[in-house]
Amino acid sequence: MYSAGTESLIKQAREIQDEELQKFYVRVSKMLSSKEHCSETIDSLQRLKLIVSATKYARLLPAEVQNKLQTLLRSPGCPEQLRLLCSAVLSESLPPSVRSLSAGLTQDCRSLGSHAQRLLGARRRKMIMYLYIFVLFVQCICIVCDPQAGNKDELLPLCQHLLKCLESRQPEGQICKHTLPILSKIISFFPEILSEDQINLVNRKLVDWLRYASVHQGASLSSGGFFTGPRSRQPGPMTEVDGVVVGDFFTVLCVGQSYTEDQWMNMYAFSMLRKWLLTYDSEGTCNTESDDRSEVDSSVMSMVSATSSSSRLLPPKERLREKSFEYCQRLIEQSDRKAIKRTDTELQKVCLIEAVAVMDIICKEDSSYVYRAFPCLKALYGRLSGDLAFARALMPIAQFYLNHSEMAAVDSEAVFRHLLSRFPSEMFNEPLLAFEFVQFCRLNMAVLQERVPLYRQSFPNIFKFLAWNSPALIADYMELLPSLMCRETAVEILHTLLDLPCLAATLDLQQKSATFQAADRVLWDNGTKLANCLEAFRQPSCRGLFLYILRPEAGTGDTIDRLNMLHEMLADMSESPRVIQCAQIVPVLLHVFFNHVFTDKKLSNQLALVVLERSSQLYRISKFKSELLRVFSAHIRTLCKLHPSLLIDQSRELLDFAGSVSNISSKKELYTSVVWMIGEYLSVSYDKRCTVELITSFFESLEAVLLEITQVRQSTKPPNYHPRVLTVLMTTLSKLASRSQDLIPRLSLSLSKMRTFAQSAPVASCYSEEDIEEIITRASELVNLLKLPNVAQFVLAPSPHGDNPRWHKDTNTSLPHSMRAVSGLLHKNSSFLPG
Amino acid sequence: MVHSFLIHTLGPVSALSANESRVLFARAFGPEESAQRGAEPEPEPELVPETRRLLQKERLAVVARRVRSVVALGRAASGVPAVECVLGEEAAALGEADVGVLRLTSGEPFAVERTVLWLAVQSLAFCLVCDMHENLLLAEGTLRNIGRRCLEELRLLGPGSEVILKSDRIDALLNHYLPHGQLLFLNHRFTHCLDRELSSYGNK
Repeated sequence: MYSAGTESLIKQAREIQDEELQKFYVRVSKMLSSKEHCSETIDSLQRLKLIVSATKYARLLPAEVQNKLQTLLRSPGCPEQLRLLCSAVLSESLPPSVRSLSAGLTQDCRSLGSHAQRLLGARRRKMIMYLYIFVLFVQCICIVCDPQAGNKDELLPLCQHLLKCLESRQPEGQICKHTLPILSKIISFFPEILSEDQINLVNRKLVDWLRYASVHQGASLSSGGFFTGPRSRQPGPMTEVDGVVVGDFFTVLCVGQSYTEDQWMNMYAFSMLRKWLLTYDSEGTCNTESDDRSEVDSSVMSMVSATSSSSRLLPPKERLREKSFEYCQRLIEQSDRKAIKRTDTELQKVCLIEAVAVMDIICKEDSSYVYRAFPCLKALYGRLSGDLAFARALMPIAQFYLNHSEMAAVDSEAVFRHLLSRFPSEMFNEPLLAFEFVQFCRLNMAVLQERVPLYRQSFPNIFKFLAWNSPALIADYMELLPSLMCRETAVEILHTLLDLPCLAATLDLQQKSATFQAADRVLWDNGTKLANCLEAFRQPSCRGLFLYILRPEAGTGDTIDRLNMLHEMLADMSESPRVIQCAQIVPVLLHVFFNHVFTDKKLSNQLALVVLERSSQLYRISKFKSELLRVFSAHIRTLCKLHPSLLIDQSRELLDFAGSVSNISSKKELYTSVVWMIGEYLSVSYDKRCTVELITSFFESLEAVLLEITQVRQSTKPPNYHPRVLTVLMTTLSKLASRSQDLIPRLSLSLSKMRTFAQSAPVASCYSEEDIEEIITRASELVNLLKLPNVAQFVLAPSPHGDNPRWHKDTNTSLPHSMRAVSGLLHKNSSFLPG
Repeated sequence: MVHSFLIHTLGPVSALSANESRVLFARAFGPEESAQRGAEPEPEPELVPETRRLLQKERLAVVARRVRSVVALGRAASGVPAVECVLGEEAAALGEADVGVLRLTSGEPFAVERTVLWLAVQSLAFCLVCDMHENLLLAEGTLRNIGRRCLEELRLLGPGSEVILKSDRIDALLNHYLPHGQLLFLNHRFTHCLDRELSSYGNK
């Protein structure tokens, strides 16, 4: 593994002295000049690669070394290792410019072109070699080239050359294998680099390779037995992955001792097919008038191709579609065979995924294929759906159903039910499936919301992936969450989010319970702690609670009363890293949840209620509760601002909450917010139903709290709440009193006692000087204000329309004007202020 | 297509801060795409090659950091103690290896959205940075194959430094199994043929 030795080598490469480096360059340069390259040259180049790649800023090679590297790279006799090293050094150091690299190349291309004209047998091998070098060179260029800087023109000759390679028809078909991957790379940066005719050329070539590759094995390399001597053996037929002789055209799932050139090209062509179709198989590139007569000539004829010529008359693009479709159908059919080699079994799954994805692209472009595709895909779904080992192959099938089932009037309910119910509950611990599932949901959010009712219904299941693997998936769920929310499910989603760490713990238990049998108790890690939880998990009496947490769909069962019991049972798992990681993402999701604007009044009422209720029913994980209370307090204020009437609708619950002294210490932030909300929004100007009785009852209950926490007795312990709670309570009481002025004398009396309280010994021992000062000042200010009830009402509870421009323009009502009047008043009566 | 391949450390490195990672090998298969391809190019200043190289390195370092942190969290969550494997136990090390995938949203750090597939073997991670619509099962197979061969040929489980001194071997592997970032559908015979081609590498 990574050792100190390696680290020190990197350090040496970074800190090499200039003098030493120059000497090294000279040595390398000499070695590169010699005709024979020994292992020392390789060794030096390896070191040079390390030196040029280890530094943050690039090292500029001396021009001489650079030129020699380029020359070596382009020389036909150079072994692969040297070429790779040259290429790596050039691309890691700073090549002078793309221009200089490609200038050399253009020249090469030109000479290559003239070579091709008079290509004779013996030189063919050289040409292949040459092409290979060319490929490596392209690699260098691709790395240094910048699509933004418009290097397209410089890549153009290269691209044309590649296409010429493709076009050249040689009996043995010696095309450089890397041509297609390079082409694929270039078009991903410059899709517009190919002209219409060139696109059609590639379309035709792809058809040839995909559909008409030879079905016989390549020339065998074995030279016969010792006694029989070398002989050329008749190449045998290809076989399927299960050993049966191939009965149809060649695909990547055909096995032979060795492969011919066109079979290799078949593999490369299929590998780039999806990319090619995504880039060029859209409307607009269609050109039916292009010259298509070379079609028959350019096809590599095979036995199969001779029998299948019905589509020969189609234009190249449509023909590629047709042939790709047939190829995919054949792959799907081949995937049903029982492979002899395990790696081929894997390849079958990979091919299924690709085949369905390609069919999907084709059907999007030409809907007539949909009717041909469905019988095949329905059968495939039937075959795979019973076996979870094929779960990932079902993802593209689901995508296909989502895209096309409506058009073909095919029932897709079973597919989505399978996907949404079984995958999350049985395969939540498969990270790659989880990723693909979540991406599927994310990319199809809008359609799923609209057309698959089960999608929103299944949110408890969908959250399982997140609970299990929170750090990797949180970003996706932040996007996904709003799509799962609607009026009917919002409340349950909120509960589910709050219980997410419980879900993580339960999933862990579920997995462990399946792994360890009761007899293996000694094996349970964490010893007794986990053992207790597992015991509880297996208890039939607790089954209901766990089943509720693991429920697959919304609306099944409600165990809110017994949540605390569940938290008790899972208490021993609250320190497990998985549970803690899950707990850390809950506040993030809650923000997303509440930032989704709730226009529905009834729903807002319910949510506020859940917040109050759940603030004391949370899984005890360190910091989880305090984080959540912070989120709650921010969002309950927002809810109340949007719908102030929730104070009236939920007055009983709010009265209970605000009147309970114990909430001050356990839920400081939420308590402060609720008290502030009451003062701010409990007013007839927000809701006509706000009566004097209601204001009085809130006032009395808050007044009682204030009196209780500010009692000064000899035995009183120092207050354990923040001074801000006090000031907010005082201000809220004043606001309420200003709206029901009969209450003012009572309040003034209470406020006047604050000075005594603040200066008492227990308070002085735990509050700072500034805090005490603040409490006393606030109390006196409020007392002074309340002496002028009309002003108090204006200052403490300005009209909700304070942001209306009228308040600032109209002199009679303008806020600055009024503020000046108030401050004048306060100054004039400054004798009221504390001295 | 695959955009880049990298090998980086997962364990602590003395010269680096705790959450950083040493990139031991990185290969980008092409230039960085600009976000608004097809649209009128922004009049932003053309990047000098120096800046471009630096940006590329920094971007891959970001990928390494992200993978490192996800692997660390995943390992902590699974709670399974790591088994130390030594040279010769490559198969066992691969059996224990974790694999996972991450989405990199556009701008963080690449201009376009990408996915990173990682394979964490003991204190090293092998990563493929792929296009969004890539066949991940194929990428996973390719990554496992390349990872296994790197472990074996560069003796990564041992204390040597072949990973930085013989990095051309990784280049050769990539050139055959992932030419220019193209994932290949290789059945066992195709793989066998490529293996044979590769076996002569460096022997001349």
